[in-house]
Amino acid sequence: MSSNTKTIERAPFAPGGANEIDRAIAKRLLGAALDAGGDYADLYFEYRSTQDFSLEDQKIKNVGQGVTMGLGVRVTKGDATGYAYCEELTIERMLSAARTAGQIASSGGSDHAFSLEEITPTTRYTVENSSLRQPPQEKLALLKRADVAARAASDKVIKVNASFVEQVRETLVVSSNGRMVRDRLPMMRFGVSVVVQDGEKRQSGSSGGGGRKGLEYFEALGATPEDHGKEAVRVATAMLDAREAPAGGMEVVLAAGDSGILLHEAVGHGLEADFNRKGTSNYSGQIGNMVASELCTVVDDGTVDESRGAINVDDEGNLGQSNVLIEKGKLVGYMHDELSAKHYGVDPSGNGRRQSFRCMPLPRMTNTSLLGGNHEPDEILASVKRGVYAVKFSGGQVNISNGDFVFSLTEGYLIEDGKITAPLKGVNLIGNGPEVLRKVVMLGSDFERSDGIWTCGKEGQSVPVGVGTPTIKISEITVGGTSAS
Amino acid sequence: MSDLVNELSEIASRVAALAKTKGADDAEAMVRDGSELTTKVRMGEAELVQEAGSRAVGLRVFCDKRSAITYSSDLRPAALEAWVANTVELAKLSEPDELNTLPDGGFATEFPDLELYDPSVEGMTAEEALKIAIAGEKAALGYDKRITNSQGATWSRVVGGMAFANTAGFVGGSKGSYVSFYVEPVCDEPDGKKRNGSWWTASRFLGDLASAEEVGVEAARRTVRQLGSEKIDTGDRVIIFEPEVARSLVSTIFGVSNGSAFYRKSTYLLERENTPIASDLVTIVDDPLIKRAPGSKSFDGDGLPTRKNIVVDGGVLKTVLCDTYTARKLGRESTHSAGRGVGGSPGPTSSNLFMEQGASTPEEILAASEGALYVTSMMGFGFNAITGDFSRGAAGFLVEDGKLGRPVSEITISSNFDTMLKGIDMLGNDLEFRSSISAPTVRIASMTVAGN
Repeated sequence: MSSNTKTIERAPFAPGGANEIDRAIAKRLLGAALDAGGDYADLYFEYRSTQDFSLEDQKIKNVGQGVTMGLGVRVTKGDATGYAYCEELTIERMLSAARTAGQIASSGGSDHAFSLEEITPTTRYTVENSSLRQPPQEKLALLKRADVAARAASDKVIKVNASFVEQVRETLVVSSNGRMVRDRLPMMRFGVSVVVQDGEKRQSGSSGGGGRKGLEYFEALGATPEDHGKEAVRVATAMLDAREAPAGGMEVVLAAGDSGILLHEAVGHGLEADFNRKGTSNYSGQIGNMVASELCTVVDDGTVDESRGAINVDDEGNLGQSNVLIEKGKLVGYMHDELSAKHYGVDPSGNGRRQSFRCMPLPRMTNTSLLGGNHEPDEILASVKRGVYAVKFSGGQVNISNGDFVFSLTEGYLIEDGKITAPLKGVNLIGNGPEVLRKVVMLGSDFERSDGIWTCGKEGQSVPVGVGTPTIKISEITVGGTSAS
Repeated sequence: MSDLVNELSEIASRVAALAKTKGADDAEAMVRDGSELTTKVRMGEAELVQEAGSRAVGLRVFCDKRSAITYSSDLRPAALEAWVANTVELAKLSEPDELNTLPDGGFATEFPDLELYDPSVEGMTAEEALKIAIAGEKAALGYDKRITNSQGATWSRVVGGMAFANTAGFVGGSKGSYVSFYVEPVCDEPDGKKRNGSWWTASRFLGDLASAEEVGVEAARRTVRQLGSEKIDTGDRVIIFEPEVARSLVSTIFGVSNGSAFYRKSTYLLERENTPIASDLVTIVDDPLIKRAPGSKSFDGDGLPTRKNIVVDGGVLKTVLCDTYTARKLGRESTHSAGRGVGGSPGPTSSNLFMEQGASTPEEILAASEGALYVTSMMGFGFNAITGDFSRGAAGFLVEDGKLGRPVSEITISSNFDTMLKGIDMLGNDLEFRSSISAPTVRIASMTVAGN
């Protein structure tokens, strides 16, 4: 139908579009940006089309749609950045944004000669396949299927909400380094949340997933709308009888997959090179040092096909890569954007990302993983005398400077004498990044990536990310429960 | 009304009317226009100057009790026309909901001047802003030689207008300004660990801001005092939340006491209206009509006139804040608390939400709380709205000899939120309206601290 074809139009700045940006226009804009004497400039064109559907009380309640478009211009002079953006891609507005950003430099005009080279990156996802191209009725049916399955899963279910959000983002990056790269990034995310009630007790649970994928996502084992509906009910029901969690330091086993959130907070942010360039991270000046147990190899990988954190090219025009950050416990590299790579005299690592054309890029994670070990998950659980088994999380946070991080557990169990014995109320776990990674004592052979649900926030900018881990045993971390024994 | 507000009002009215000609029974349109200037300095040098403006329009249409919500930043007439027609078409995908219509009337007709806009804010140049930022950071770096580094000092302003119109004849608009200044110094522990702290000032009016030097010095004081922070032993303690952290308790109360949480049954407070939900010291007020306050507005996101609501009175939950749709779901009247963004559905929001202050000075609270934990920051998302279970990372100080003593970090504080609110036994007389959610110093009789 018309409402759907509308959403998959090409960006006006694409070849053949109403405001096509070709090399000649790009050169003119970069020239204006550098006219006041800047060292470097880049242009970031973005066209974002989104659609969302939500179900509540067994009805399709909301249908939404939106389009945003604009150009962000960045000019650097030394460590200083000038940034401006415009939403109308007329030459006057674009030139004005370029000159505004360029005012960060005041050393006066210099002649810049650019030879722009169009780069075609390797493709890790395709827009041809994107859900936004499919009829909306198919997506409404997915929401209904999840609702029916959740209600059928238990007579304790009193509320079901389901949502489907999809997007295609088209970008063009042009830099004074000569790069000119176009990309089109699909994204979709499906989620179900339920409330169950048993007598006086109520509890909530949720499940979701997605990625830079099409509707074939829902055909995989564990990813059908029914699977997500049932999983949300399983978590809520399991936690209905949760008891007080213990308080204090103890052994903790983290389940494979979403537990990567620990990694993201404990080391990930601390290895983003902007903090290290400024000397404000507790990993500053630690390259070559042991910062984790020898079992730990940590990789950030933007090249995982169709994953939520995948990028063909970053938002500064550098190709997405796989980067080893920690190798067998030793810190070997940071995640860089243009500014930090220049500072350290290394090649950019493809981690310069931004929320939208309104924001300047920062070093950000893509898919961050702790590689697997050689223990059976059962063996790891069996080794714990008394501790916590952490399965699902609502999020995490870190203080970059002192390294303290928390992550919030929504599904967890008590382990006694190597066996899972009781569900525990949601608690926070708190630790210090470098200290906790040194206490990683066992890793499972069951490495798993999280489904596509995570969003990372930094300096007010949100970007989609992925995480992955095997089952992990930490010899001691502080569990924030309320039960003293 | 200013030219900007008139212009935006005209666009909003035109878009809403256009939707009707395209087949909608009714429609609402919201237009926002804003410009920002952000300047950041670090170690005495400019790090970022960002300057830009943007405009977007959002539309909600109703057709046969079905609705759709869309937004666009393309305001050219042909593009607007196509977009509005598309929105009406899109609504056919949703299912009928009897409650999904415009409010039944009672729209705002008077728009009191709440002093939301200071023209001098817009007059500030990037150069002037950078000077302030440099002065604030310099004051922080010069406060104590143990301050060795900085995450920078950021001065930013937002100036903008908005207008909202519907096909029942309502049209309203406003113009506002907001300035903030933030400083974050860093110092080093002997073992290489770093400590960061921060302070900030914000207001709609330039003249109401704290000076750059005051902000820098306070940021520095809050940074160096954390040196030597350590875990403490696990156990139950009296907990004192400084106002900056106590705000988040007020925000959590809103999260579990609003109409949306009620009809979604996603709050532990269900069926607790008109019963005590906190100690009798606690009164929480939502007041959108405070002059110059950050959350003030004369009409809500449904076009209804705003009013002061007492949410909690002497510990008793008196008012469940609702927008029109939420109120209908609960079979009651709106409290005129609708909030909405350009591209989103309206929902209940707070305006200026605060816990009324108590009688004690902060010093008196400390003097009466030997061995308590004074919390200056919290981390993480450890709150379950449906059970009230609360567990968050924390840092702060032990109260020793009636004053702030040893610094503490890497611990969690846990309890159930219901128990916490009922355990509030002292309130400070130090309420300030720096942000749209505010609280005085709050003391809670006991929570579990997890540490060593």
